[in-house]
Amino acid sequence: MLEIRWHSRAGQGAVTGAKGLADVVSTTGKHVQAFAFYGSAKRGAAMTAYNRVDDKIIMNHEKFMAPDYVLVIDPALVYIADFTAHEKENTVYIITTHMTTEELVASQPKLEGKKVFTVDCIKISQETIGKAIPNTPMLGALMKVSGMYEMDFFKENMIRVLKKLPQKIIDANMIAIQRAYDEVK
Amino acid sequence: MAETMELRDIEVWDGNMAASQALRQVQVDVVAAYPITPSTPIVENYGNFTANGYVDGEFVMVESEHAAMSGCIGASAAGGRVATATSSQGFALMVETLYSASGMRLPIILNVVNRAIGAPLNVNGDHSDMYLGRDSGWIQFDAYCPQDAYDLNFIAFKVAEDHDVRLPAMVHQDGFMTSHTAQGVHTMTDEQGFAFVGEFQPMNDMLDLDHPVTHGVQTEEDWHFEHKARQHHALMTVALPKIQDAFDAFEKYTGRKYNLVETYNVEDADSVVICMGTSVETAMEVVDELRAKGMKVGVVGIRVFRPWPLEQLAEVLKNVKAIGALDRSSPHGTVGMLYNEIAGTMFNTGTKAVLTNYIYGLGGRDLTKAHLVGIFNDLKANVDAGKPTTPLQQYIGLRGPKLSFF
Repeated sequence: MLEIRWHSRAGQGAVTGAKGLADVVSTTGKHVQAFAFYGSAKRGAAMTAYNRVDDKIIMNHEKFMAPDYVLVIDPALVYIADFTAHEKENTVYIITTHMTTEELVASQPKLEGKKVFTVDCIKISQETIGKAIPNTPMLGALMKVSGMYEMDFFKENMIRVLKKLPQKIIDANMIAIQRAYDEVK
Repeated sequence: MAETMELRDIEVWDGNMAASQALRQVQVDVVAAYPITPSTPIVENYGNFTANGYVDGEFVMVESEHAAMSGCIGASAAGGRVATATSSQGFALMVETLYSASGMRLPIILNVVNRAIGAPLNVNGDHSDMYLGRDSGWIQFDAYCPQDAYDLNFIAFKVAEDHDVRLPAMVHQDGFMTSHTAQGVHTMTDEQGFAFVGEFQPMNDMLDLDHPVTHGVQTEEDWHFEHKARQHHALMTVALPKIQDAFDAFEKYTGRKYNLVETYNVEDADSVVICMGTSVETAMEVVDELRAKGMKVGVVGIRVFRPWPLEQLAEVLKNVKAIGALDRSSPHGTVGMLYNEIAGTMFNTGTKAVLTNYIYGLGGRDLTKAHLVGIFNDLKANVDAGKPTTPLQQYIGLRGPKLSFF
């Protein structure tokens, strides 16, 4: 069982990101689950979304999760959200920030000694999609760090997932995914 | 003619999308709806499908849930295939009209995405609204995951519209835990999905002008009792066999098997938990883990909540030594509904299982695997002692001092 927790602000697309990832993973025959915690969700409120992936059907519906990957798609959440909750020894963190990994760890001591990767999904999405929607670039970074799928396969499937969007936006998302894949460190 | 939608064999859908795709595939004629979280996407998606030509149907926007069900009653009496969806306070506002729908024997399908009822206001899932509907004369199916929410809609239409049944049916799913959780759903093609239910066959419809009928009449004491008795008679004698037939036909059709009472490792189990919704599946996973440690445990899931499968449950539970009844609704002044129903089911059977009650998960509070392990440990102690070793009713997952009664 592979478990992923997203930290996001409502409106940044974590739910869409989690569902998109589930859709792509499902095409490979694996079983998936994507869900989120909603409160009285206001745009900008801190929220979490979740993925589970397994070879057998997923029966577990508890919200509790000890994640293998933690994806943080808003730079400020590492200072205000409990993003290390229920971490495991090997939990991998991929965090959106304009800082280098060293600078980030220095600014947030909770990350010391952890497996931390950084990528500026906000900047990438602003420069490619034209809006701060950091969800799809984070998936590009996840593909690089996890080695889950080949980029061609992943992008081909993401085009299908995003098919209701205008072609221009789909193209911009593909560039964003590739840039995050190349830039994550 | 409605457009066909190409679906993949497995689509990653949440429970809401699964339910709305089923409504599209059976080509519901009229949806009268007043949206409420977390069921909103069901009617929203149907509206989208209708606007884009995927359903030859009509979406009626109304001013309340009371009006939504009233609109459904009118459309159903007129002779159409009718459905809607609601949750929580919306369900509560619909209650008066639910009795009208069942009393008028109108085969309306209501998707209930289970949610807490305030105050305090809460949009998350528990079973308060589902429990509120249990004396309303509707058939109530319970889904545990998005696949069930899809499949049970087809089954609900097939049963409800059967001319020997003619009763409305609810398909319940857990708010957020099913309705907003995307999982793989095995689909039918549009043609297959429609063919399972078939063309709607009207009965005593108001728009059959050659055979005028009156709906919703007043009877008073000369006939009211007989009408209600017939309604109960249909639920008690016709509904369960017809549901079983529909489950059998669906299994032949898709390979997916449903049962009035779902069981998991119950046959040789000493202790079982009985629950509904997503908790049934989580408990199954816990049972796998505890079985690996040698504990003789199992799970019973209620699939059909009304009519209550009393005889089937008594049979399933006959060799069990301890039962934990898990209620996701506050009983407000007594034991939980499942405790009561199981006690009523077992009382005259000679089975002397120890029965205890757990209240959990109100307002969306997580039921963790660790909680379930704790419950199974309680039940094991009850088996060993041959009597309750805990209070009869305990709260699980509540912050603060432990709360228990009786």
